[in-house]
Amino acid sequence: MSIEHRDDTGDRFGMWLFLYTEVILFSGLFILYAMALAKFPQQYAEASHKLNIYFGSINTIVLLTSSLTIALAVSAIQMGRVKHCLNLCWVTVALAILFLVNKYFEWSAEISHGIYPGSEQLAEMGEGVTSFFNLYYFTAGLHGLHVLIGASLIGVVAVLTAKGKVTSDRYTLLENSALYWHLVDLVWIFLFPLYYLIL
Amino acid sequence: MSETTTYTGFWQESPRPGILGWLLTTDHKRIGILYLGSLISMFIVGACLGLAIRLELIAPGRTIMDAQTYNATFTVHGVIMIFMFLIPSIPAAFGNLLLPIHIGARDVSFPKLNLLSWYCYIIGAVLAVASIFGGGGAPDTGWTFYVPFSTQTSTNVSLAAFAAFMLGFSSILTGINFVTTVHRLRCEGMTWGRLPLFIWTLYATAWIQVLATPMIGITLVLIILERTFGAGLFDAARGGDPILYQHLFWIYSHPAVYIMILPGMGVISEVIPTFARKPLFGYWAMALSSLAIAFAGSLVWAHHMYASGMSDLAILVFSFLTFIVAIPSAIKVFNWVSTLYKGSIELAPPMLYALAFIFNFAIGGLGGLALGAAASDIHLHDTYFVVGHFHYVMFGGGGFALFAAMHYWLPKFTGRMYNHKVAVIGWALLFVGFNITYMAMQAVGIQGMPRRYYDYVPEFTTLNQVSTVGSWVMALGLIIMFANLWRGMRSGRPIGLNPWGAATLEWSIPSPPPLENFGEEDPVVTRGPYEFKGVVADEY
Repeated sequence: MSIEHRDDTGDRFGMWLFLYTEVILFSGLFILYAMALAKFPQQYAEASHKLNIYFGSINTIVLLTSSLTIALAVSAIQMGRVKHCLNLCWVTVALAILFLVNKYFEWSAEISHGIYPGSEQLAEMGEGVTSFFNLYYFTAGLHGLHVLIGASLIGVVAVLTAKGKVTSDRYTLLENSALYWHLVDLVWIFLFPLYYLIL
Repeated sequence: MSETTTYTGFWQESPRPGILGWLLTTDHKRIGILYLGSLISMFIVGACLGLAIRLELIAPGRTIMDAQTYNATFTVHGVIMIFMFLIPSIPAAFGNLLLPIHIGARDVSFPKLNLLSWYCYIIGAVLAVASIFGGGGAPDTGWTFYVPFSTQTSTNVSLAAFAAFMLGFSSILTGINFVTTVHRLRCEGMTWGRLPLFIWTLYATAWIQVLATPMIGITLVLIILERTFGAGLFDAARGGDPILYQHLFWIYSHPAVYIMILPGMGVISEVIPTFARKPLFGYWAMALSSLAIAFAGSLVWAHHMYASGMSDLAILVFSFLTFIVAIPSAIKVFNWVSTLYKGSIELAPPMLYALAFIFNFAIGGLGGLALGAAASDIHLHDTYFVVGHFHYVMFGGGGFALFAAMHYWLPKFTGRMYNHKVAVIGWALLFVGFNITYMAMQAVGIQGMPRRYYDYVPEFTTLNQVSTVGSWVMALGLIIMFANLWRGMRSGRPIGLNPWGAATLEWSIPSPPPLENFGEEDPVVTRGPYEFKGVVADEY
């Protein structure tokens, strides 16, 4: 054993620990959601109907697809199909960008209706509605930041793959990035129904 | 007085020369030294602020500063001491120095992340110091950043909160590193049952760092967002809930006190068997009680909030859970004392600090029960009793444990021994000054003096004066201790492998240890960490 020693299991183990911390980071916002929902059930339902379900649904499809492509990219590198893997990585990044563009239009529409944290129009809609949209912006915003980080990460790994640093023999970096991407997806899987669907 | 030795281990061996060899190092020992240097610097800043607070309180009314400066001083004292000194103290400094060596590894699992965590720490520390001098003035909310005040004050709360966020990141990275390292890099023969107890406590601490710290991360981010957008998430007038902020804050910040104390308990569990020449009493009870403290300690946060207006049922439940934490803590104290029983006790400086730890921690711990019981807490809540209690466990516990660790392990890592007589004088002043300062605080708290107040009624004057004088004795002790250690590290007498006659792995390699710790061959462990049979202390 030397300092340059390699421990793929250890690397994956560390990544999983990091993902726990991410789950707990988001859980703080979900706790706030749960408490506020218990306090203002009707206003939450009313506010939820103001969200555009088409934007949300499209983004759900986009993210789920991107999770599939990154999972396929990992399989591709395991089989040594570098070119295939690279294509799948870039498709994932493209889908991430599509997600963010979609989000941009969604938020622009809402902001133009005077719905944003701290707006006076929002304050007039009542406490519950205000609380709903505050949480919606903060949670979706934090998630959007994670989409950005995840996509950048995958982009960097794709470049490293192209340079031959990530190979069928040594692919933990790609695998860990994919794990991160699945977490981004997972958060959305909870975020989407809570804000758009169930109320 | 100093002999020149040519061997300087990891201080000299580095892939890069000079200052870059430190700033870009991935060697766990160098990172440990970087951490130790930076957090002792922050400790000195924090201690000066603490002395200023005590000086202000020597008499009623204005003494040396105005009320706003006073608010800023205790806030920055708290932020520095908690986020920049206590939380990283033992895990980041001595954990980095020792964890790989203790388990027979050559480094931690993620050496580069380890360096990144130090940079996160430095960024956090710089931002925190910047928040004192920047535009709006130093933050004046107290280290707890309670809403609604923290979202309304015009001082640099956002910057201080972001600093704490970065420090949290640093803490998480260290935690991930340590958990992974303990799982993956134990050498041949290093079974879980042979781990030194210091490693068990670091392991338990690392889990708290990983699982609790993100909560403070999101809470602090929300404070910043609140201040930036004025959203009103914690504002009752706009559908928010200020008590919810307190819950989110303490979900991390109570477990955080175990981040501060658990590694200290680990240090004491190493020092006591060595200087009692006896195996630690109840190895598994000690190991598992560390995990039990980590687990139970995560479920008691709302005992900080008995007076916040939460339900009586919640108070009952959290009070009960708080008392549960006392059980594993008491197991530890009793096992240390049992280890001493019929031991061959040598009162070397590290041992004195360890014994002082037990004394202080017992007082602080019992005071904690008075605060954990709802009935007495209603009287003691937000009084100086809380301040006294907190310093008893955190400084008398965590701080003294760090000093024990410095006296115990710094000779190993510098290869030189400090002057024992001066160390004992420093210890005695520190111990006496400490108890005068904080016992007076506890007493004045029981009489009803509220904490964080700028002024007080004349009845409290005597005890406040006693406390302030105590703080000077303590400061003198600290100066002597640091000066003696510094002098010892630079020009003390060179030591052999094992000056204390301890049985853990680090004492079987050269002092200071070489790069990669062990020679060509990986170590193979065949006995437990406290089997002293055949272990002989080197003369120095």
